[in-house]
Amino acid sequence: MQPSQTPSRVNFAGWLYVSPLVLVLVPFFVAPILVVLAASFFATDGFGGLTPGFTLASYVEVLHSALTLKLYLATIKFTVLTWIFTLIIGFFVAYFLVFHVRNQLLAIGLFLLCTVPFWTSNIIRMISWIPLLGKEGLINQVLLAMGVIRQPLEILLFSDLAVVIAYVHQLTIFMIVPIFNSMARIDKKLIEAAIDAGASRLDIMRLIVVPMSKSGIALGTIFVVSIVMGDFFVVKVMSGGGSASVVSAFYEDVGVLQYPTAAASAVLLTLVLVAIVSLILRTVDIRQEITR
Amino acid sequence: MKNDRGDIELAGVCKSFDGVTNVVDGVNLRIDDGAYCCFIGPSGCGKTTILRMIAGHEDPTAGEIVIGGQNVVGLAPVQRRTAMMFQSYALFPHLTVRENIAFALRVRGQSKADRLRAADAMIEKVRLTQFADRLPAQLSGGQQQRVALARAAITEPRVLLLDEPLSALDEQLRVQMRQELRRMQQELGITFIHVTHTQLEAIALADLVVVMEQGRIKQAGAARDVYAHPHDRYVAEFMGGQNVLSGRVEKVNGASFTLAAPSGIEVPLQARPTVNVGDQVDIAVRRDDVALVRPGRDLPSGYTTSLPSRVLAIEYQGYFVKVMLDTVPDDEFVAYVPEKTFFADPFTVGDVVMATWATGSALPLA
Repeated sequence: MQPSQTPSRVNFAGWLYVSPLVLVLVPFFVAPILVVLAASFFATDGFGGLTPGFTLASYVEVLHSALTLKLYLATIKFTVLTWIFTLIIGFFVAYFLVFHVRNQLLAIGLFLLCTVPFWTSNIIRMISWIPLLGKEGLINQVLLAMGVIRQPLEILLFSDLAVVIAYVHQLTIFMIVPIFNSMARIDKKLIEAAIDAGASRLDIMRLIVVPMSKSGIALGTIFVVSIVMGDFFVVKVMSGGGSASVVSAFYEDVGVLQYPTAAASAVLLTLVLVAIVSLILRTVDIRQEITR
Repeated sequence: MKNDRGDIELAGVCKSFDGVTNVVDGVNLRIDDGAYCCFIGPSGCGKTTILRMIAGHEDPTAGEIVIGGQNVVGLAPVQRRTAMMFQSYALFPHLTVRENIAFALRVRGQSKADRLRAADAMIEKVRLTQFADRLPAQLSGGQQQRVALARAAITEPRVLLLDEPLSALDEQLRVQMRQELRRMQQELGITFIHVTHTQLEAIALADLVVVMEQGRIKQAGAARDVYAHPHDRYVAEFMGGQNVLSGRVEKVNGASFTLAAPSGIEVPLQARPTVNVGDQVDIAVRRDDVALVRPGRDLPSGYTTSLPSRVLAIEYQGYFVKVMLDTVPDDEFVAYVPEKTFFADPFTVGDVVMATWATGSALPLA
């Protein structure tokens, strides 16, 4: 290679390196976003026809609707509950795998076991809750047989509880993986040094493991939050239509050909998510933590 | 009642990880309170395992560990009042120097003001005041080592255990930090146990040098004893500075015996158990006791042995010259000739010389 390369040649090589990513991102990410953004400013004839132009009418409509706030609150409720449960479960599963399973082969085996639910489709995973949680389901039958309850519990299925259960079931792995990853990089000698200094289990957890798993927790949080906030399918199926989310509302809009309102809602949701993610990135310098 | 004695007794200590082979195999040792003790041996000889058992990070399979008159087997490190300085330091990467040093006080529930004051005093002692707010990654190797030392010392342990504390440093820094360790030990007045595989480090620092091989203690004693009077071939070769020769006893006469091959080496009889004619024995001769004489010249008085040798290589070492010889067929034989003596009549590679030494300086080995 020549030591003196002209800047433009270096530039060209640089573009060549990133071109695969660009070739994927531009048509499948940037272009759709731009289309949605454009559509959100268009006017509609009410029958699915779009009139190119620039109007904020759709935004005004979305922001003025009392439903919007309600939907956001509902979605945030699901998000926070799911986040709390996936975080607790994910953290302890990762902790167990990293610090309590001595045999590395076993740890990897158990880790793969966590991915077993993903061997089937999302829909099957959700449907399979019905025989368990349903009115005639396993849990109700057992509780009835044990005499704990007289009437079958109805809140088990087609309820907010069921929605959260389904989310936690689906998304815990997204917490486990990044937390496992950052915990696995904690030098075991640090734990020993902490024990040597007289730290209790709780101290070690509080002062060493949690702070050093911060980047994993942040990454997991980003995954879970953005998936839950961007979902409508689980809410729809598991709540039996009783609950809605932000996305389910604009899915309905699409169904009735209100494209600009749907697009405006989508843009709004994207902005909210960007704000949340940047807030998370502000508290944890993921880039620095990962390269540490 | 607070027991501040840091004398240690190991009695029949064994450790096996797999239940089959003993990594540490029946170790008995007494270390005085306030002593600087170095365990030395090749990797895998069990020295670190002994250290970890004293520290309480590993339980012995058999035997007792007594610190200050109290059997500590089964006790946590805090209850033993030991502190360990880990190899490559194991500093908490997300905590500053001050927080690292104050960590042990923090988990002991000391108030923030108290522990930061204590940490700052310790930081001053290890001369890191201007780095107190840095993270470990922002420090040099030597500074990290001082943080690790301060972190271990802050709990006022009665025994400080150091696992290869200098191995991560470069040569120059190692010598410097070696002195610092010794200074800290004297300042704190507590027992230090230091594991190393460098014999120079051990003899430079230790009051008590413990040479280990395959889980057993080969020799334990003052640095000078171990270096100048090794018990056996292993210790002599490991500590260095000795030429080890082996031969068959040809003649035993009163205060000395003579080896047949290599021919005519006269060795004074010492406390060694009886030597019989025909025995195969090892002897050691210090490399700096070996004098080189040109063939045909007279030997200095008191020098009876002289072995014809060819010079294989010469290394200039500053104050002495290392001359490698083919005196004995399979073993290395080296003479450390003082620089001035050497250059008064320098040899070149291939010269034939007589290797000789004062009869009294040959040492029979077990």
